[in-house]
Amino acid sequence: MTDARLKVYRGDSEGGGMVEYTVPVEAGMVVLDAVHYIQGHQEPDLAVRWNCKAAKCGSCSAEVNGKPSLMCKTRLDDLPLDQPIEVRPIKTFPVIKDLVTDVSWNYEVNKRIAPFKPATEDTDSWKVYQEDVDRVQEFRKCIECFLCQNVCHVLRNHEKTDLSNPKQFFAGPRFMIRLASLEMHPMDVEDRVPFTKNEAGIGYCNITKCCTEVCPEEIHITDNGIIPMKERVVDRYYDPVMMVWRTLTGQK
Amino acid sequence: MTTLDKQYETREHDVIVVGAGGAGLRAAIEAAHQGLKVALVTKSLLGKAHTVMAEGGVAAAMGNVDPADNWQVHFKDTIKGGKFMNNWRMAQLHAQEAPERIRELERWGAVFDRTPDGKILQRPFGGHTYRRLCHVGDRTGLEIIRTLQDKAVHTPGIDVFMECTITKLLKTDGRIAGAFGYWRDSGKFILFKAKAVILATGGIGKAFQVTSNSWEYTSDGQILAYDAGASLIDMEFVQFHPTGMVWPPGVAGLLVTEAVRGEGGILTNSKGERFMEKYDPARMELSTRDIVAKSIYAEVKEGRGSPHGGVFLDVSHRGAEYVKKRLPSMYHQFKELADVDITAGPMEVGPTTHYVMGGVQVDAESAQSDVPGLFAAGEVAGGMHGANRLGGNSLSDLLVFGRRAGLGAVEYIKSLGGPVNLDQAAVDQAIDEMLEPLTRTDGENPYAVHRELQQLMQSHVGIVRTEADLQKAIEILQGLKQRAMNVKASGSRQYNPGWHLAKDIKTMVIMSEAVAKCALQRKESRGGHTRLDFPEYDPYWASVNSTIHKGEDGSMVVGTQPLPQMPPELKQLFEEEKH
Repeated sequence: MTDARLKVYRGDSEGGGMVEYTVPVEAGMVVLDAVHYIQGHQEPDLAVRWNCKAAKCGSCSAEVNGKPSLMCKTRLDDLPLDQPIEVRPIKTFPVIKDLVTDVSWNYEVNKRIAPFKPATEDTDSWKVYQEDVDRVQEFRKCIECFLCQNVCHVLRNHEKTDLSNPKQFFAGPRFMIRLASLEMHPMDVEDRVPFTKNEAGIGYCNITKCCTEVCPEEIHITDNGIIPMKERVVDRYYDPVMMVWRTLTGQK
Repeated sequence: MTTLDKQYETREHDVIVVGAGGAGLRAAIEAAHQGLKVALVTKSLLGKAHTVMAEGGVAAAMGNVDPADNWQVHFKDTIKGGKFMNNWRMAQLHAQEAPERIRELERWGAVFDRTPDGKILQRPFGGHTYRRLCHVGDRTGLEIIRTLQDKAVHTPGIDVFMECTITKLLKTDGRIAGAFGYWRDSGKFILFKAKAVILATGGIGKAFQVTSNSWEYTSDGQILAYDAGASLIDMEFVQFHPTGMVWPPGVAGLLVTEAVRGEGGILTNSKGERFMEKYDPARMELSTRDIVAKSIYAEVKEGRGSPHGGVFLDVSHRGAEYVKKRLPSMYHQFKELADVDITAGPMEVGPTTHYVMGGVQVDAESAQSDVPGLFAAGEVAGGMHGANRLGGNSLSDLLVFGRRAGLGAVEYIKSLGGPVNLDQAAVDQAIDEMLEPLTRTDGENPYAVHRELQQLMQSHVGIVRTEADLQKAIEILQGLKQRAMNVKASGSRQYNPGWHLAKDIKTMVIMSEAVAKCALQRKESRGGHTRLDFPEYDPYWASVNSTIHKGEDGSMVVGTQPLPQMPPELKQLFEEEKH
């Protein structure tokens, strides 16, 4: 059996550094297994957030050799084991301890999004076809791992995370997708286009698609979610023909 | 804050909901709708609870695909699947109310897969007579938890406490007065004053080595209730899901959804035989979980297993596009974690600890336990599923009884006269219990004790049991209990998993003892309880539930009580079938 060396970030909001550990490698082992091995045999107080270990809950996000990943899906045999594997907490959110970050900001953002509002409560009268919900279902695959939030340069580098100042705020790709999933739901009658433009800061996204690249659910965040939402904002606010049409018909 | 700081903050609510999976969320929503001030306390982040891992679907007799379906058939399937051990009234309420709970989810924004005529699509599953499982591909649990999560967030009156763990329930004058806990991120203590507590904490699977359960399944609610004086029932009935991954070792136990079989998956042994023909020729792969799990166990035991000690499950004949559309997570799970392409060939699967049918004894209508003000819903409660749960009945259970527990708490609080006072001595004791592992310098590592417990439960109290193994297990558990009481936690209190496990390991050892003792007591085989030395059903054991409670002296009291008998009009349903 070979060994792997892991350099794991140990520290808290005050600071910290990388600490190296050696872990025996088993067939099919993932980075989360290696971190658990350290926890179970060497450092019981090593903090790591995880739940399902099956890529369904999105808890174990980290940066493995610099790449934002779910630790439960990152296999050791896909990494070069001749050098230490570096495991760091996701950078965009503040460190609580070791690999655990404070992602509560995301939950605050979610609260601001108007919930689903159906045209009628009588679901027996609904006729909703599969082709009507395919694209919404793609967005609803999101497991809230926040890796897209982590790599979004508007949040990561420009720190547009100020909940009290719309000019310094971008809801991030996760919540663009959430908005899209509600706006494109065939039975929804709420209007979130003004919110998308004025409060969620969709204008900040300049479509670099970094979010799409890291999505473990392979959601086409930019192409299928953000760009169509941008188009709705443009139609509403910048297309004179559509503005007249809406005034005449009263449609949203 | 120093490591041994005894300070705590105090919060006051009408009701505390412990756990934010499907049952906890649904309970919180209902209680808040009725005007209560609710604390929703979860030891993980919101939306990460075990419900998120449910895959195949939620059972409800909507009749969208098979119009002949109705609650009576669902009720009968549930009772038969539970080997007649179910609380009949829970099974009845569940079957009657599940369809409305699904429609409600749709009104709250859930997006299920659709039929060609625009209704919710339903798929077949083991033990269900008709196509009954509403689903979203193989990520139904995610859809349900996200829908409920967003509903709860937008429901006034619910305060959410994330990464906050309840360690003790507090009683005054024999009824619930609050709960004590700690914040994971800071390690600081928190006291909740409340008139009622709803437990929605899930199962016990982390006591076993091979399990589909997450770190959260450490029997918290069962033991909080037990310590508070509530009875538990049927703890011997543990569901070993027939299909977990067996290879590679790191993912052993990970769930392979029953939807693979629902979508036409075929089980074969190393000789290429479709072995379910021998064990249940009528239902084959869609037999109930207990039967399929035992069949796989027998095939492997008799030398017809796959290379890594499982059997083969193949759905590739349905075609690559169909499999990817219907079973997307399974496709990715095998591709990424096991280098297996399930659209091209079989997967290797074997039984994995999945669910516990037993749990806190509750009143069917209100979900209240024996302790006034203490309620339980979802997996933590017992009775609904009898000796074996049908796939898909768990998600519907969460919705039906989560709501009922919320309503139960509302009614209970209405009936209360006067304020509820806290007993300070109990609070001090709760603090001391949490601090103890931090004061020890020479205790054991809790992870080491946990590993031994998991090995013991796997080998001695697993899918097939004998008197000798169970007695041996109970004896070893006494030693593990002593060791669990003396583990050490190092480091600070801030986000410290070792400290957390020092608490959990005590809980898991007591739960394991309850499972082993109930299993020893029940001298027959039924559903999720198989005794090699008593392989048949026994009419006496068909008439009683096992019970467990904490005796006056703190020791575990194991016994039985008569199984509640269903009224004639429900019995009639089973009679009609015989003719």
